[in-house]
Amino acid sequence: MADVTLTVDGKTITAPAGTLLLEACRKVGIEIPAFCYYPGLSLQAACRMCLVRIEKMPKLQTACTTPVAEGMIVSTETDEIKQARKAMLELVLANHPLDCPVCDAGGECELQDMTFKYGAGGSQFVEIKNHREEQQWSPVVFFDRPRCILCYRCVRVCNEGMDVAALGIQQRNVGSVIAPNDITSLDCEQCGMCIDICPVGALTSDTYRYKTRPWEMTHVGTICTHCGDGCKTTLGVRRSDDGMQIVRGDNRDKSGLNGEFLCVKGRYAFDFANSSERLTQPLVRQPNGEFATVSWEDAIKVVAKRFRAARDERGGRSIGVIGSTRITNEEAYLLQKIARSAFGTNNIDHHRTTDYVGIVRALDGQKNRFASIADAGSAPAILILGNDPTEQHPLLAWNVRTNVRHNGARIYLANHRKIKLHRQAKSFIQIPADGYEAFAHFLGGDEASSFGADAIALRDSLRQEQNLLIVFGSELRGTAISALVKFGFSLPDTKFACLGDYVNSRGAADMGLYPDLLPGYQPIHGNSAIRAEYGDGIPRESGLDLAQMFEAAARNELAALYVVGDDPVERLGIAEETLHNTFLVVQDMFMTATAKLADVVLPTANLYEKSGTVTNTFGDLQLVKKAADRAGVRTDLELIVRIADTMGEDVHTLVPFGKGVRADMGQSRGAQSGEADRHGIWLAAHNLEPKLSPFDPNALLDEIQRLVPGYDFDRLDLLGGTSQQVQPAGDGLIGISQLADRPDGILPSGDTLFTSGTLGHYSEKLNEVEVFQTKKSMVAAD
Amino acid sequence: MSLTKISENPKPGSTIFSPELAARFDKLVTLYPVRRSALIPMLLYAQDEIGYVSDAAIAEIAQRLDLTVLDVRNVLSYYSMLRTNPIGKYNVQVCTNISCMVRGGQELFQHCKKRLGIGHKQTTSDGIFSLEEVECIGACSWAPAVQVNYDFHENLTPEAMDALLDEYRSKAGQ
Amino acid sequence: MPTLVSHPDEVKIVSSRFGKGATEIDRYIELGGYEAVRQAIEKGPDWIISEMKASNLRGRGGAGFPTGMKWSFVPKQSEKPKYVLVNGDESEPGTCKDHLIFLHDPHAVIEGAIVAGIAVGAKTGFIYLRGEYRYLLKIMEKAIADAYAKGFLGKGIFGSNFDFEVISQTGAGAYEVGEESALMESLEGKRGVPRIRPPFPAVVGLYGGPTVINNAETIASVSHILRMGGEAYAKIGSARNGGTRLFCISGHAERPGVYELPMGYNLKKMIYEVAGGIRGGRQLKAVVPGGSSTPVLLPNEIDIGMDFDQVGKAGSMLGSGGVVVLDETVCMVEFALRTIQFYQHESCGWCIPCREGTDWLKKTLTRFHAGGGEAKDIDNIRYLAENMLGRTFCPLGDAAAMPTIAFVKKFRQEFEDHLNGKPCPYGRHSGTKATTPELIAVS
Repeated sequence: MADVTLTVDGKTITAPAGTLLLEACRKVGIEIPAFCYYPGLSLQAACRMCLVRIEKMPKLQTACTTPVAEGMIVSTETDEIKQARKAMLELVLANHPLDCPVCDAGGECELQDMTFKYGAGGSQFVEIKNHREEQQWSPVVFFDRPRCILCYRCVRVCNEGMDVAALGIQQRNVGSVIAPNDITSLDCEQCGMCIDICPVGALTSDTYRYKTRPWEMTHVGTICTHCGDGCKTTLGVRRSDDGMQIVRGDNRDKSGLNGEFLCVKGRYAFDFANSSERLTQPLVRQPNGEFATVSWEDAIKVVAKRFRAARDERGGRSIGVIGSTRITNEEAYLLQKIARSAFGTNNIDHHRTTDYVGIVRALDGQKNRFASIADAGSAPAILILGNDPTEQHPLLAWNVRTNVRHNGARIYLANHRKIKLHRQAKSFIQIPADGYEAFAHFLGGDEASSFGADAIALRDSLRQEQNLLIVFGSELRGTAISALVKFGFSLPDTKFACLGDYVNSRGAADMGLYPDLLPGYQPIHGNSAIRAEYGDGIPRESGLDLAQMFEAAARNELAALYVVGDDPVERLGIAEETLHNTFLVVQDMFMTATAKLADVVLPTANLYEKSGTVTNTFGDLQLVKKAADRAGVRTDLELIVRIADTMGEDVHTLVPFGKGVRADMGQSRGAQSGEADRHGIWLAAHNLEPKLSPFDPNALLDEIQRLVPGYDFDRLDLLGGTSQQVQPAGDGLIGISQLADRPDGILPSGDTLFTSGTLGHYSEKLNEVEVFQTKKSMVAAD
Repeated sequence: MSLTKISENPKPGSTIFSPELAARFDKLVTLYPVRRSALIPMLLYAQDEIGYVSDAAIAEIAQRLDLTVLDVRNVLSYYSMLRTNPIGKYNVQVCTNISCMVRGGQELFQHCKKRLGIGHKQTTSDGIFSLEEVECIGACSWAPAVQVNYDFHENLTPEAMDALLDEYRSKAGQ
Repeated sequence: MPTLVSHPDEVKIVSSRFGKGATEIDRYIELGGYEAVRQAIEKGPDWIISEMKASNLRGRGGAGFPTGMKWSFVPKQSEKPKYVLVNGDESEPGTCKDHLIFLHDPHAVIEGAIVAGIAVGAKTGFIYLRGEYRYLLKIMEKAIADAYAKGFLGKGIFGSNFDFEVISQTGAGAYEVGEESALMESLEGKRGVPRIRPPFPAVVGLYGGPTVINNAETIASVSHILRMGGEAYAKIGSARNGGTRLFCISGHAERPGVYELPMGYNLKKMIYEVAGGIRGGRQLKAVVPGGSSTPVLLPNEIDIGMDFDQVGKAGSMLGSGGVVVLDETVCMVEFALRTIQFYQHESCGWCIPCREGTDWLKKTLTRFHAGGGEAKDIDNIRYLAENMLGRTFCPLGDAAAMPTIAFVKKFRQEFEDHLNGKPCPYGRHSGTKATTPELIAVS
C-alpha cells in the first residue's frame, strides 16, 4: 500500500497506509506501551495503556487500533498521556497482589517495567483485594488469578496461534477469569505458549515455578535436542553441586528461526539432563561380567586397544560404527572420519527416519530447491504429504497456521489420517496408508490410479500454483520422492522439504553417517575431494548398514561395535546373545538397553552441554551453544579424539586445528570455562597451543565448510545466531544416480508431541504430561 | 489428544431435552445466518425446562452448535440470568436499583430475607423459593418491583409481598 | 400489569395504541397499523430516508444520533447481506419505556423494522429484547407469527417483490449488551463484549454485514413519522429534536409513570405538573434526568427543556428518558453507591479502567457509606472517576464515571457529613447504621 506521512511527537514519519499507529511508531523507535497488544494476534484495545493524543479527536485514542492516516498529528508522551498511563497502572494494580518478591515473573515482568516507567510510588488503594487460590491446570501449567491483568494474550495465542482454544474467558466484570477447557484443567498440546506470552506471573510453569530468580540464571540460547525442526530454546542455567543445572527453557526473546514459538519438548523436556540416572563415570565390564567404574584414562585405553586390535587382526570391515541423530554435525563428521580413516571401515550408519538420500538424489544438480523452515511461514501455497506436523513437527505446524492466518496461504493436505492441520487446509484428502507412492504418481499425471474427484480437484488447484512448497514425511521414499519432485518441476517454482525426526537427523545424513555415502551424499566409490583429503586408504566398497552390522555380529563377523549416542538394541529388539562376541563400546548419557550389553560405557554430555552446529530437517544450519554442565561426563567429540589419539592416530590430521583457519575465540565455551581448563591441561601435556584445540568444534566446522557439498554458508552470520540454509546437491553429486535401488533402511520413530525416542524416557516431565494427556483422551473416548 | 472433546459425549441423535424442546432446537439453529446465534436462546430454553443449565445440557448444546464446551461456558457465565445450579421453584428477584431503592426496594428485599429465612442467591429448604437481589428489571415507574421467575409484580409493599409469596406457596402445593 | 398514566400535556404518538388491544393484529390495522409500510413500499428508500431526515428523529436509546442520517450511512451495494437490528435491551436504570411498547404495541416495532429494511435494503430484521422481558417475547413472537400469516412478513410482503424476515429473541441478563456492538456479539452467540470501532455497524455490523441498529422506541416511531410526514413530526418537538419522547418518571414523584411529551418539554413542569410534584409534599433534592448514567441535576438546574441539546447544555444528558426524582430523604452517598454498584456488576470486564475502576469505586463507596471514610477518599473517588472518563473501551466506563463525578461535585457536603465514623445522617438511614449492599462481584 502507498505510504502516508504523519507527525509523531514532532517527528515526521512515513508508514504504509493501514499500518497501526503503534507499529508505525515502534518502527521509528517511539515505544508506545501496551499489555494487550501483541504483534500477529487479534486486536483487543483492552489495556488502554497505548492511549495517545491525536489532533482533532475529542478523546485519547488507542494507538494499537488506529491505522495511520495522512497528515495525522500525534503526541505519545505528554503530561496528559503520562498521567493517563499512571492512572491505568494504579487501576490495574488495585487488585494485583504485588507479590513480586516471590513471583516467577519478578524481574522480567512487563507490569513491573511499566510501573517503573509510568507508575506512582504510592497508591490510593486501601480496599481489600479480591483473591482466588492458585490453580494447577496441568503437569506444567499453573494459574494465579490475582496476578492476571486480563490482557487475553494467552487466550489469543492458544486460539489463534495454536488453534487449540483451550483457554477461555468466563464470568464478567472484575470477576472475569481466564478458564481452562476441562473445567479445572487443561486438555491441550501443553505447549506453554500461554506462559511465555503472559506479561505478568499469572501463568507459570511447574518446571520453573518458585525455583529461582531470573537474574540468578545464565541464559544461553541453543537448539532444542528433540524434533527435527531445530527450534531455538533459551536455557536458564545455574550452578548446582555437580555442574550447571538447567532450570528452565523458553523463547521469550523471540529469537531464532522459531520466533516466539516453542513446544512442550523445547520448553520442559530438558530435565533429562538433570536426571539422577545420568552416568558420570566410565564403566568397563570385568571378567566376572559386572561393570566396574574406572578412570577416563583407563577406559579410553581399553577402548583404543581393543579397536586397534580388531582393526589390525581382523581388518577394518570387522568394526561397526553407529552414530546418533542428536550429536552435532562436527561429532557426526568426525565419527565417520575416524571410522573411515582410522578404523578403515565403511560400516557406519545411524537411525534413519526419512529418505534424505532420496530427495537429494531427486534434486541432484538443482539449485535452491530445498526450503527453509521459514518458507513454511511465507510460501503462498504448501502441499503437505504424510506426517502429522502438529505432533511431529510443531514448529512447521505453527508456521503453516501463522501463514494461513496472516497471509491467507493455501494449504493442500493428503494424508491417511485426518490430521489436525486439515482445519487450515484449503483442500484435504484422505488417501490409503500405502497410497502415497501412487498419489505422487497421480500428481505427476498418472491417470491409471484410482483417486477420486476430490483428489483431481486438489491436483487441478496445485497445477495453478506459481510458488509451491512441498513438504513430505517418511511415507514417501525413493521412487515416490522422484515422482513427487518430477511433479514439482512441472510447476513454475517449487521447493521441497523432507521431514526427519530428530534434531540432527538431517545433519547425521549430511555428514555421511551412511555405509555407502561420504559427507554431502557423495558415493563412497567416487573420487571426491573428501577422499583426496582423507587419503586413499579409506575403502571404496560400501560398508554394512545398521541392520547388517547386527547380522554380522550374530555371525561372529563383527569384532567391535562403537555406538555413539544411539540405542539400536531397544529400537530393533536386538537379542542379547547377538553381541556376545562383539566388543561393544557405548557412549551415552544413560544405561540404555544397548549400554547394558556394552563392554565399555563412556558417559557423555548431551546437546545442551556442548558446542557445535546442527542442521534441522529443512537444512537450516544452526549454532549450538553450551549451556549446562555435568561433572564427570565428556562430549562425544572429545571422546572420539581421545580414542583416536590413544590408538596412535595423528590428531592433527584427524582434526585440522593445526591448519589454523581460526581459533576458538570463546564462542564455543558456552556458560563456563571449566571445560576449557580441562582441555588446557591435556593440551599442555601434548605440547599443543591451548587456543587451537582439537576439541574445538570450529576446527571441524572449517573442514565441513571446505569439504561438504552444500555447506557453503556465512560463518559470521552463523556465529551471530542466524541460521544458514544448506543446499546439498546443488552443484551435482558424482554418481548419486547409481544409488536408486539401495535399501533405504528407514524406521520412522513414531514419536508424538509427548514422546522423544529413548531420550524421552528420561524426561520425567514429558512422561508426566504424556500420562496426563493420555488419561484425558481416554476419558473423551469413553 | 481430545481437543474438541465434549465432556459427557452425548451420542449424536440422542437428546436430554423433551421432544418438543429438541424439535424447537432443531428449528432454532436454522433460523440464523450462523448456527451459533442460537446459543443464548437455547441456553434459556434449556434452563426453562431443566431449571438450570446442567453439564449435560451444555454438552448437548455445544454439540448441536458445533462449539466446544469451553466456548459455551464462556458465554453462559457472562449472562447473569443463566445459572449452572438448580434453584427453587420460584425465583424471587427483588430489584434494589435506584428507582426501586428510593421507593423501598431494599426494605422489600430485607423483608423477603426475613420472611423466607434465606439470603441473596439462597433457596428455602423446601425448594419452593429462591431469593435474589437483582439489578434494574425495567419497571422503574412502577417501583418497587419484583420478578418471580419471568412474571413482574409492581408497586409492592411488604404486605403485598407477603400476599404474593403466599399465593406462590399455595400454587407450589397444587 | 404496569399501570398506564395520562396527562393533558401528553402528545400520544408512540403510546397512542397503549391499552387499546393493539397486540392483536386486526386491531392494530384498525388503528392505522401497517399503512406506513405500504407507503414505504410504494415510494421507496429515498423517500423514506428523506422523511426520516426531515423528522429530526434522534435515537431514543440515549446517544441521540439522527436516525435518518444513520440509515443513510448504510452502503447501497454490499456483498454481505444487510440487517436491521432493533435494540430492545432496555437496561439503563430508570428506563421502562420499551417495556410498554413491547407490551402494548409489538406490531409498531415490526412495522418500523420492515420500513428500515426497505430503506437500507435489508432482508432480515432482528428484535432483541432484554432477558428480563421474557414474558414480552411471547407477545412479540405471536405478533410476528400473525404478521407472517397475513403476508406482511416473509417472501413478497404486501404483494410486493420485497422479502423481509423477522426473528425475535431475548438476551440473558447483561446491561452491556445494550451497547450496539455488544448487542451484535450477543446476537451472534457470544459474550456481550463491545467491538473495536471503526468499522461502525452501518458498514460492518451483524455477521459482518452493514447493519442498521436502532432503539425500540426509535423504530416504533417510524411508522407514525411516515404517516404524519417528517416535517409534521419535527414540528412537535424543539429545534433539531423532532417529535415526542416517552419519559419514564420514577422515584419520589406523586404520579410516576411513562408519559409521552414533546421533545423540549420543561423538566420542572414535567415533575411538578405532569407527575404531580414530589410525593407527600416533600422537598426535591435532585433529579437524574436520563437514566442512571446521566449526571444528577440540582433543583435549581431543572428549569430546562428536555431535549438532547438543552440538557447537554445544563451539564447532563437526555439519555434514555429515565427521569428519577429524588426527595430530601435520599442519601446521595448511598445513591452514588447504588449507582456504581450497578455499573460494577454490569461491567463486561474487558478493559482495565472500567473493570477495575468500577470495582474500586464500589469498594470505596461501600466503606465510605458505612462510616469508614476518610477525607482523602472524597477526592480519590473523583480522581478515579475522572481517570475512567473517556479512556474506557466503550461508553459503560463513562456511564459509571459521569454520575460519580457529579455526585461528588454537587453533594460534597453530604460526603463530608459521612466522615469520621459518623453513621449515615440522611434519609431512611438517619441515625442508624447503614446496611451495605449485598451484591458481590466475584461469584
